[in-house]
Amino acid sequence: MYELDYLDQLESEAIHIFREVAGQFERPALLFSGGKDSITLVHLALKAFRPGKFPFPLVHIDTGHNFPEALEYRDRLAAQIDEKLIVRNVGDTIKAKGLTEPKGKFASRNALQTFTLLDTIEEFEFDACIGGARRDEEKARAKERIFSVRDEFGQWDPKRQRPELWNTYNGRISKGENVRVFPISNWTELDIWNYIRREKIELPSIYFAHEREVLEHEGQLVAISDFITLEPGDSVVTKTVRYRTVGDMTCTAAVESDASDIDGIIKEIIATKTSERGETRIDDRVSEAAMEDRKKNGYF
Amino acid sequence: MDILRFITAGSVDDGKSTLIGRLLYDSKSIMIDQLEAIEKQTKNKEEGEIDLALLTDGLRAEREQGITIDVAYKYFATPKRKFIIADAPGHIQYTRNMVTGASNANLIIILVDARGGVVEQTRRHSIIASLLGLRHVVVAVNKMDLVNNSQDVFNNIVIDYANLAKSLGLEDVTYIPISALKGHNIVDKSDEIGWYEGPSLLEVLENVQVQQDIDLEHARFPVQYVIRPQTEDLHDYRGYAGKLVSGIYKKGDAVTVLPSGITSTISAIETGGKQVEEAFAPQSIVLHLADDIDISRGDVIVKSTDLPQVEQELEVLLCWMDSKPLTAGKKYLLQLNTTVVKSVVKEIEYKIDVNTLEQLAAPEQAALNDIVKVVIKTAKPLVFDQYKKLRGNGGAILIDETSHVTVGACMIQ
Repeated sequence: MYELDYLDQLESEAIHIFREVAGQFERPALLFSGGKDSITLVHLALKAFRPGKFPFPLVHIDTGHNFPEALEYRDRLAAQIDEKLIVRNVGDTIKAKGLTEPKGKFASRNALQTFTLLDTIEEFEFDACIGGARRDEEKARAKERIFSVRDEFGQWDPKRQRPELWNTYNGRISKGENVRVFPISNWTELDIWNYIRREKIELPSIYFAHEREVLEHEGQLVAISDFITLEPGDSVVTKTVRYRTVGDMTCTAAVESDASDIDGIIKEIIATKTSERGETRIDDRVSEAAMEDRKKNGYF
Repeated sequence: MDILRFITAGSVDDGKSTLIGRLLYDSKSIMIDQLEAIEKQTKNKEEGEIDLALLTDGLRAEREQGITIDVAYKYFATPKRKFIIADAPGHIQYTRNMVTGASNANLIIILVDARGGVVEQTRRHSIIASLLGLRHVVVAVNKMDLVNNSQDVFNNIVIDYANLAKSLGLEDVTYIPISALKGHNIVDKSDEIGWYEGPSLLEVLENVQVQQDIDLEHARFPVQYVIRPQTEDLHDYRGYAGKLVSGIYKKGDAVTVLPSGITSTISAIETGGKQVEEAFAPQSIVLHLADDIDISRGDVIVKSTDLPQVEQELEVLLCWMDSKPLTAGKKYLLQLNTTVVKSVVKEIEYKIDVNTLEQLAAPEQAALNDIVKVVIKTAKPLVFDQYKKLRGNGGAILIDETSHVTVGACMIQ
């Protein structure tokens, strides 16, 4: 039978998008964070371009607040696949531009990432940045195109999006503009995990159950690290946890779990009653339109 | 497990957002934190029950104004299928969004308010569905609870719509009486509408056969990218990367490269780095040919037994999507799969009344959301098929050369 399984359909669509980037742009980049979605992107890029090299470098915007396990994984992966890795640090941008470090209990550099990203785009004159955002993550993302044109300030204007028809992607831009490309737009969290299981993709260890010292804060579990401020009365406990998403240590919460392998994680995700971002992202709780606002300002 | 992509057409008043909210809610695809967020908003608006429609309104502007301004994509899955919903607004000024959402869909759900029956908007949505080549239509007669679940009301709408479907050539039409608000016949069959013996909406969505919609007969392979590692051990490696639009390709097949017309034979096929004997649409593959010929992005490799059209003058049904109007004589870039050519809209032949399908006298200009028949001349020969015959090789976009915006959707006739 000439039928494609749903994961094969999603894979083929993503590979097609990767190759459209290669065919349409002069200087693309793959934004790599060390999280499962960008790891999946790298795996798809291998399928799209091997035995050739990637027609783009991997770029990591390092907030300085990353999990060490994710950084170690990042460096190992780049060496293993022998592709170029560019790292730019938010800390450097803060110094160079005299930006104000965020304050507070969970002082997150998440919003400042945008400055470093835009600087990096300018430095290397990237015309397309490939990212691992998915439309099921969040309401504003549900409305974004696969080829999402940003102005020279990186801003997304939801009302001026280009219609995207059939499988035809219009990547033409004026000088200074760039395009954010999302090859796994149509994948859900569960699709990603099922694909990781099928393809036997290796992940950083923090995705699996491990013991960790955490702070219990408004129902969320935040890893104890140098980047958060403890106050008297804080409840610090050791729990068996895993990470459902991997962002900064300051704004990503862990979930209690005994799942030590992919099968265990998939079981938990099917049973869960809370969305990925709702459960683990402290930064999305700020307001109903948090993501919409950040995207309009150049965020991924 | 496969994927069904569908679009929902109807206005807020028809309960479209409520229907999508209901599908997500009843299939348990909505998480607690998302529900809490809409509960909070519902309270703010001082309304009674949870407003499921809020689930699909993504942007702040939409929530404030209570409207949907753009296509939003929603996802859910059952053990049988993964579903991708393109949620497109139904107001007249948003034809362009519906065309966009429909371009990738297998199926359309057309919502009809049981109290109003088949109205102008129903006709418009059905006409667009037929122009875009959607093969499967579900007519969901909503708000049945407001007409006492009357079988007569439902039957009359079925008769009305069947006439419309016949005139448009829509063949696979399913009718379901529902109440999105109450959840009747959405996921589970409802006792309230006991006389209805057919399946629930979700059952229809789970079981509609879409596999045969993929054309495996006419083989079309647009080259996206050429893989040439040029390393010592892969010195002669030259692979043509792309996604099969249609058809089946086997090792040894005689192929023709268009528009040049050079012929060769398939020497190897790879998918995901593995050598395979054959590949089929919609797989992404790397193709190798026996002869060393000059092939680059924009070329189309087809099986020599069945050639597409290669022409420079096209009859096109064009949906205009830009606020700046289209004037005959203006030049644009035309993009069809991986090919981009300069083109000129030579003539506007007539305008289609999207409410009646009538041909209206040729306007001087085509405005946003107009559907017009035009003649387009391209600077180089274009490799295409009629949209009706092969959607994947007959749908093109027009791009403004200076603003780079996508301004039109072309269905080549």
